[in-house]
Amino acid sequence: MIYEISYTALIFFFIFVGLVVGLSFYFGRKTRSSSSYYAAGGQIHWGVNGIAFAGDYLSAASFLGICGMIAISGFDGFLYAIGFLAGWIVALFLIAEPFKRLGKYTFTDALNAKFNSRAITLSASISTLIVSVFYLIPQMVGAGDLVMPLLGMPHWAGVLLVGAIVIIIVASAGMASTTYVQFLKGGLLIILSVVLTFFILKNGLTLTPDFKGSSSHYTFMELTPQVENDKVTAVSGWNVVAQQTVGDKTFVKLTQNGVERWFDWTKDQNGSSLKETLTVTQQANGQALYNGEPKENRRFYQVGHMSKIVVNGQEVQQTGPVGPFEFLSTLQESEIVRFMQVKFADGSDQVSLYYQEPTTGQSFMLPGLKYKIGRDANLWSKLDFISLMLALFLGTAALPHILIRYYTVKTPRDARKSTILAIAAIGGFYILTLFMGLGSAVNGVLDVESSNMAAPLLARAFGAVLFSIISAVAFATVLGTVAGLIVASSGAIAHDFIDIYLKRNMSDHRKVQVGKIAAFAVGIFAILLGMAFKGINVSFLVGWAFAIAASANLPAILFLLFWKKTSEKGIAASIIVGIISSLLIILTSPTMWDKYGLDPTNALHQLENPALISFPLAVLTVYLVSLWYPKRNVAVTQA
Amino acid sequence: MHVNNTSTEKESLTKRKSALGIRLFFIYLICYAGFVLIGVFQYELLAFQVLGGLNLALAYGIGLIVFAVILGVVYNYYCTKYEDEADAEQSDEIEEGGTV
Repeated sequence: MIYEISYTALIFFFIFVGLVVGLSFYFGRKTRSSSSYYAAGGQIHWGVNGIAFAGDYLSAASFLGICGMIAISGFDGFLYAIGFLAGWIVALFLIAEPFKRLGKYTFTDALNAKFNSRAITLSASISTLIVSVFYLIPQMVGAGDLVMPLLGMPHWAGVLLVGAIVIIIVASAGMASTTYVQFLKGGLLIILSVVLTFFILKNGLTLTPDFKGSSSHYTFMELTPQVENDKVTAVSGWNVVAQQTVGDKTFVKLTQNGVERWFDWTKDQNGSSLKETLTVTQQANGQALYNGEPKENRRFYQVGHMSKIVVNGQEVQQTGPVGPFEFLSTLQESEIVRFMQVKFADGSDQVSLYYQEPTTGQSFMLPGLKYKIGRDANLWSKLDFISLMLALFLGTAALPHILIRYYTVKTPRDARKSTILAIAAIGGFYILTLFMGLGSAVNGVLDVESSNMAAPLLARAFGAVLFSIISAVAFATVLGTVAGLIVASSGAIAHDFIDIYLKRNMSDHRKVQVGKIAAFAVGIFAILLGMAFKGINVSFLVGWAFAIAASANLPAILFLLFWKKTSEKGIAASIIVGIISSLLIILTSPTMWDKYGLDPTNALHQLENPALISFPLAVLTVYLVSLWYPKRNVAVTQA
Repeated sequence: MHVNNTSTEKESLTKRKSALGIRLFFIYLICYAGFVLIGVFQYELLAFQVLGGLNLALAYGIGLIVFAVILGVVYNYYCTKYEDEADAEQSDEIEEGGTV
């Protein structure tokens, strides 16, 4: 995708990011001067805390990822919204109160409250580190995507920028991601989503979304070829150069005025036609051509439109303003053009081609375009769907950083009230993602190279100011989440592993030093991974983090809370088995195969999400190992 | 450090709250699993038009989100009620103790 810098957007962006980061520092200093974080937390109103909870939880995955996946794959993106919210039920009903009774706030502390075992310290610190890193990848990918249209930078530069800012913040000051900052972010994100949804509904559905002339709608070319012996021989006004078949599709290369373009050759009862595609060609000399021309020529388009709008059985050009139900039901009756990607080699060039795939509203509004469970389903794809839903359901409560805020208000009643407000706010937001995602799917704003920018790009169509504010809030969200995760993982290395497990009695000064070095290393690692995973939907990536967390942490937590015979060896073994099995399945999955440059259909298995196998395996492990190696009946004194 | 020191909470109260939590969890689990199972085994049902011209997939999905919020409110209502009852009992005991 080619982006132009908007200076209005840029100015607003920096003002907002500056404001949020500035506030973090301001409150960060205040927090340090108060006697303790939790005591300060005791003063916070449950309403503020509830929205802050939402601000904590709604990371890049929710805003960028879910909207993007809905825009590309329809209902399948909404599955993430359903699962992410359902996860709160596990957290609220099963985990939160018992954890509080243990008097511990984090997963590692809670697990070790009864045992004080080195094996648990080691395995829990590894698990914290791995889950944090997997949660970091999507944040970095999202950050890179966000920066591209704002600063006109390439993706890697965006990732580097975010990484560098966060490392500086963490290493120099220590990032206190405080309640008020999260409150501000969470509140703004929800308000902005309401505004955006209002614009989408007011705008209604149209075949030519040009936003009253503020952006130009591009109509894709359709040519009529002359055909002989299953070969395109001539097209008026163009020279026929080559023809290539990929799977069951045939693409034809034509030239006009020295520019090479690829067309999708479709044959139906009305005869055959050549439909314009979008291509990114990586030439052997390292140059990339967008639709056959250098980037500067700006011949690459944003996509996503409707090919048919049906209201009450009649085809119309546009609907005018619609209500929320009318919006959804009209889409269901209509037809949407999605862009599908294929990759092939053309001589020494590598071509990424995006062709138009008209999709009925019916199938767009049902699960099955990404997770095939209806038509074209096979056993693997059905298992994959179940696995994803399991990971999302069980993952939330097992994320190391999520439950902490539950304990920052004064009374158990307030804690509950703020959690319920958070669930309501997050749930409301997730329903809005449906409208924002679908709105981006039909308003010609999508970037074929990355789905993550769907919502911000839609905002841009409605105005530069809205775009910059939304991007700034999303960017600040990423910064906060990344900083928190880097602090958590450096803590796992410096505090849990080196200090407690290796029993290096370090001075306070030395501990801080080691922590900073660890933060720096994790930061660099996250930057590299962020670059490597460019273009993959961030919700999909978060699905992995959830699966690892659910497999490694949740069986241990649940058994500890609900089964008296759980032993320390059982817990440690379950964490290790959960991590290893989920990692192995992820590293051999089709998506990773594609990343290794191999054919994804030849991957060792076709399961994209590991939870279905790794979670039961971890449950079995904690059960059996606890039976084989029962806990010592010695009262453990806590260090 | 620990503001929410609940070690003084009565065991009977803890048990009541935890039993309620587990019950509500299973209610939600059944609804959630229902959605997943329909998707896997009776996919065609999801396309069935239900309310407001929406298909079952959308109505069920939005329904699950709304239902989670409702269950949260129900959980809060009963937990608060249990706590109030426990508080009332405790203050009764104290008052009685005071008169002796």
